[in-house]
Amino acid sequence: MTKDILTIGGLELTSRLFTGTGKYRDDSLIPGVCEASGSQVITVALRRVDLESGTGNVMDFIPRHMRLLPNTSGARTADEAVRIARLARAMGCGDWIKIEVISDNRYLLPDGYETAKATEILANEGFVVLPYINPDLYVARSLVDAGAAAVMPLGAPIGTNRGIRTREMVRILIEEIDLPIVVDAGIGRPSEACEAMEMGADACLVNTAIATADDPAMMARAFGRAVRAGREAFLSGPGARAGMAVASSPLTGFLDAGTAA
Amino acid sequence: MSFYATCTEWMNAGLDERLAAMTETDVRRALGASNPGPLDLLAMLSPAATPHLETMARKASGLTLRHFGRTIHLFTPLYLSNFCTNHCVYCGFNSNNRIPRSQLTMEQVEAEARAIAATGLKNLLILTGDCRAKAGPDYLRDCVAVLRRHFPSVCIEIYAMEEAEYAALAAEGVDGMTMFQETYDEKLYPSLHPRGPKSDFRFRLDAPERACRAGMRVVNIGALLGLSDWRHDAFLTGLHAAWLMERHPEADIATSLPRMRPHVGAYQPATVVSDRDLVQVLLALRIFRPRLGITISTREAPAFRENLLPLGVTRMSAGVSTAVGGHAKSDGDGESVGQFEISDGRSVDEMCAVLRKHGYQPVFKDWEPIFADRGAA
Repeated sequence: MTKDILTIGGLELTSRLFTGTGKYRDDSLIPGVCEASGSQVITVALRRVDLESGTGNVMDFIPRHMRLLPNTSGARTADEAVRIARLARAMGCGDWIKIEVISDNRYLLPDGYETAKATEILANEGFVVLPYINPDLYVARSLVDAGAAAVMPLGAPIGTNRGIRTREMVRILIEEIDLPIVVDAGIGRPSEACEAMEMGADACLVNTAIATADDPAMMARAFGRAVRAGREAFLSGPGARAGMAVASSPLTGFLDAGTAA
Repeated sequence: MSFYATCTEWMNAGLDERLAAMTETDVRRALGASNPGPLDLLAMLSPAATPHLETMARKASGLTLRHFGRTIHLFTPLYLSNFCTNHCVYCGFNSNNRIPRSQLTMEQVEAEARAIAATGLKNLLILTGDCRAKAGPDYLRDCVAVLRRHFPSVCIEIYAMEEAEYAALAAEGVDGMTMFQETYDEKLYPSLHPRGPKSDFRFRLDAPERACRAGMRVVNIGALLGLSDWRHDAFLTGLHAAWLMERHPEADIATSLPRMRPHVGAYQPATVVSDRDLVQVLLALRIFRPRLGITISTREAPAFRENLLPLGVTRMSAGVSTAVGGHAKSDGDGESVGQFEISDGRSVDEMCAVLRKHGYQPVFKDWEPIFADRGAA
């Protein structure tokens, strides 16, 4: 098999699992998670970053080889997301930005309109923009036009660990959108990450399920393997599946009846 | 819009009878509900739920882990002023109490800020008594300007304000407000708050809504459990939180669960809220609204606070002094009297060590001010 590379914003990635930095019982677990998962991209909420702190800064625990994907968690409008992104770049977090614009804290569902506005502004400023969205075809198309580098549809609302509840909508994005599709949020188990990859997603972002596991590094390794397994299954071109076993052809058997007679 | 109509409707709906009529079946239905409603909350607060606290705890623990992870946000209160025109019968700052009154100057605010910032804390809750003549909006704005140089997040726990006043403070960088209704029992309320601006039940009840409209990001509400029937007040607290969440999905709605502690010579609470009762309240509210922030204050004893960690707590105070100027002064200087007695006097470092021992990460910073000019490129 030729090397399976995912390219986003000109960066070639061999791992298709993105990880996060939130919800850990101790940030010192993060390096072990990065190593065990093989992940090369890690997202961090800029609101949590404290470069002046003597009391522990999450950035100190992110291995240097990781590509930082700062996110705009806390932004309620496009304007706030843009400000956070600019601040992230000014703080030395690089040009990648995951746009999260959420003004509904009950379900934490992203605002597609504001997300598209922020994406356009930031893409024009040279950011590599990865917007987090509901898997909505029209929003995704507007993001393509706005200059997004990838699209990150949710599998289920953030932190719910409910799996790929938006399966059919994600499938449509995979089929229709000519950008990497990174399934983000809702993935609670390695089998669900595997399922997303089998469907043809280009990558998965998993945070809660790893960070809140009793053994985050072991769970990270399991997710890394599941993502690879799902990817290989997708690339191998699985055989068509039938909905049920079919032993004969009760409806079309008559077509053969004449030849048999 | 006002929560008042919902509040009075439920307070007059025969809560005692409804609570007494709840059965184990009602409790099980509540625990299985995907989107619990008011009657589910009532069932979880009822005597029928008391034998099922362990089952509730498992559910609450799982929900908390999923939504908040293994983290606890830390903050500390800073008392700016204890001048007060209210006569709250249970409060140490009651204007009838002959205690030394003081208010921090801007130099003292700076000294307090430096002392607190040295502990590493990034989230500050500023408090005053209710005395606009002394600690009016202008004074608060000046304080916030000083404090914002040290803290990315500054929240207020002060007298009830008008929406425009909240908006003005939000524009200065105040990102959260706390308002305790104390009790949702409108009939009892006047006897606890006989005089002063706080005697206006309705104006106080609507304050969190005004703060939401004014753009405060975090709005924290609560009752002082024990002033009235704790089941009633916990129920109304949950309904109030849900009401705010529904109308202001952009705000983070949270609650604190302070309870009256009986002690000699002080106001005696109407009902004693036991540890078991408080746990039931915590679990019921967590299951009712899984994303609700929940604070347990230093009124509670260290061991009890630690036992509550996995049950749904998301925020804790540390390094607390409830006296004006209590952070920068050495122990011998403490001429100021605290608002209430604290049971957990552990320092920030000690709290961090305890949290880590229990498998939780103490979170200091969870907000980046983006309204200030440093947010723009």
